[in-house]
Amino acid sequence: MLRTWRQHITLTDIFIWVIGLVIAAAVVWGTISTLRLHLYTSSGWLDLIIRGLALGGVYALIAMGYTMVYGILKMINFAHSEVFMSGPFTAVYVALGLAKSGMLDKQPIISLAIISVVSMGVSAGIALLLERICYRPLRNAPRLVPLITAIGASFFLQYTFRGLFGSGSYGYPAIKALQQSFTFAGIQIYKTQAVVIVGAMVMMLILYGIVQWTKIGKAMRAVSEDKEAAELMGIDVDRIIVFTFALGGASAGAAGVLYSLLFPVVNFYMGFIPSIKAFTAAVLGGIGNVPGAFLGAVILGLLESVGPNLFLTGLGIPSPSQLKDAIAFIVLVLILIFRPTGLLGERISKDKA
Amino acid sequence: MYKRLSLVITALAVLGMVLTACGPKAAAYTCTDSIGCVTIAPTDPVHIAYLLVVSGANAALGTDSRNGVEIAIDDAGGKILGHDIKFDGQDGLCSADGGQAAGTKLASDPTIIAVIGTSCSSEARSAEPLLSAAGFVTISSSNTAPDLTDPTSPNHYAGYFRTAHNDKVQGAAAADFVYNFLHLTKAATIHDGSLYASSLVGVFADNFKQDGGTITTATSVDPNATDMSSVLASVATGTPDIIYFPIFLPAGAFIIDQAKTTPGLENTKLMGADGLYSPDVMNTAGASVEGFMVSSPIVQGAAYDAFVAKYVAKFGEQPINIFHAHAYDAMNIIIAAIKKVAVQETDGTLYIPRQALRDAVAATKDFQGLTGVLTCSASGDCANPVIGVYTYHAGLYPPELIWPTKYIKPTATP
Repeated sequence: MLRTWRQHITLTDIFIWVIGLVIAAAVVWGTISTLRLHLYTSSGWLDLIIRGLALGGVYALIAMGYTMVYGILKMINFAHSEVFMSGPFTAVYVALGLAKSGMLDKQPIISLAIISVVSMGVSAGIALLLERICYRPLRNAPRLVPLITAIGASFFLQYTFRGLFGSGSYGYPAIKALQQSFTFAGIQIYKTQAVVIVGAMVMMLILYGIVQWTKIGKAMRAVSEDKEAAELMGIDVDRIIVFTFALGGASAGAAGVLYSLLFPVVNFYMGFIPSIKAFTAAVLGGIGNVPGAFLGAVILGLLESVGPNLFLTGLGIPSPSQLKDAIAFIVLVLILIFRPTGLLGERISKDKA
Repeated sequence: MYKRLSLVITALAVLGMVLTACGPKAAAYTCTDSIGCVTIAPTDPVHIAYLLVVSGANAALGTDSRNGVEIAIDDAGGKILGHDIKFDGQDGLCSADGGQAAGTKLASDPTIIAVIGTSCSSEARSAEPLLSAAGFVTISSSNTAPDLTDPTSPNHYAGYFRTAHNDKVQGAAAADFVYNFLHLTKAATIHDGSLYASSLVGVFADNFKQDGGTITTATSVDPNATDMSSVLASVATGTPDIIYFPIFLPAGAFIIDQAKTTPGLENTKLMGADGLYSPDVMNTAGASVEGFMVSSPIVQGAAYDAFVAKYVAKFGEQPINIFHAHAYDAMNIIIAAIKKVAVQETDGTLYIPRQALRDAVAATKDFQGLTGVLTCSASGDCANPVIGVYTYHAGLYPPELIWPTKYIKPTATP
């Protein structure tokens, strides 16, 4: 037993384990020394956690687009960042119009619904165009081809929007009704953050419901398992793929509105960073897996928000917030080392095997 | 074979010499300048270029300077010594990379005599070695980092001047305002890694501590970050009275917006510098901009009002930033210096010795500009600034001046 075990272990394995242990030790040491400093109050930590949850919710909705398309086509849609950008960047004009007419202050819920519908519609439309023009003609091409197409489409869309709406930044008008905070169980929560968290969760439930409990969701899962067999069973695969893109696009559009509530500035390059994070979240949770993407996104959001202050302050590192991306990606690397399929990625790997 | 080729070349060379000698008698002017001269044929324009940020998040900064230069050209009738002025340039994108790329392009054009730029100090750091080596005179309308005109610094290059104030002045004024006028003693500082912000923060901190204040947290942010929660949380641990973050957009707008909802910072005052004096601050930060303060030079007077009238007539809008007047003065200093050193033939050919032009700019004394009476030092500082502090009100632009005019009380941050 010991001998076979020793034969399986290579030098690389030991090296990777050592790296993992060193990082884990640094995290534990940093956390303990930060907490012993008593710098942050508990309300400060709670605030960071709530912000992290809100951010995670937005990442989760963007990650849906990546993970559902991957589940069905086994392909990473790298133009998804522009699908995400197109919605809120278009809807900002609607929002500014509503703010000007006073509607935004009088009827915040209806206004927000209008903004969301516009954003989701534009994002879904862009996603459908992408599928039809860039991916469908290449469906049987080698896997690298659509990947390169996606990068090209991403640049094309970015600069199309730059041409349409200009290179400047636009601010989303503040919604007065959302600016107050309330206290829930002794925790001060801003209404914006509450709306984002609740909105993201509702949206996730809707998506999960569609995939799990509707006929078309069943068809999606069937196509994801085996495209040929699904086709033989009378499922229109093209239609399912179109539906998946539309669903992912609408989800990204909703994420865009929530993101603009948190960070009310939009510009044509806003899609890149959040989408890379969402992609990371999807991989973290196990790409192709809907609950996995949600779990990965929440973990990533929390790590980004709480991580720098919790792990690094105690180690005496100046301006820890600049290292939050490093923390997020180190966690990704660690998870890929010790669990290459992602946190909940078992199912996909079994399917593919 | 080779012998014949060399014969042909020799013959051609001799022929060339003969032809030159027989051509229209090139006059007595011989360039004795240590870094060369620019020769401008009778019908050619005098080429002055810009290296400013005219696109992206900080486009207002460079566009405003460029507008100022264009008005200076209009005021000169579009001509120097009978030659048209050709004014074009490159976008430096307010970054070190952008400055490098734009500087390389400009340096390869030997017709350029002077460059108006750069907009940002980071651009200057990478572009200035190239522009200086090319023999140009550079006058910046908005670089403020101290080391650019510090003769002992490796970032100081020959031929570099500025009509913008040195950060030593602005940082000291900000510290004076916070400590002696607002009577606040605890400040936190945030910079974004740019040369401009880190040097302003440094000068502010030194002066503030000298006055008797304490810096509770000195930290930095990534200029592309949107989520400032973790940096603001660490700032909040020091319970500062004021946060000083002389950075740019959009990061500045995110800090203004998110500080209001960070526990412990709800009532903390926020202050930036002239990099955040822009209508885009108000447009992007929305209602939370109320009470946000910026330091910026004060430009006033009848000549300035006349200039603004021309600006509005030409561009159809109020000046969008603060450095239009500095750029206008920079262009006029260059025009005056060119007139002083240029040698003109009777047929209109113009010779501009490059080193002499640099010396002439450095010798500028008591120049009546819009931004005051300017006198340049050999190290490149030409400005004579008065720094004021302005406060933003939501929906109102430009922001209101609150200091040093004693009778206006500072508006409390809501």
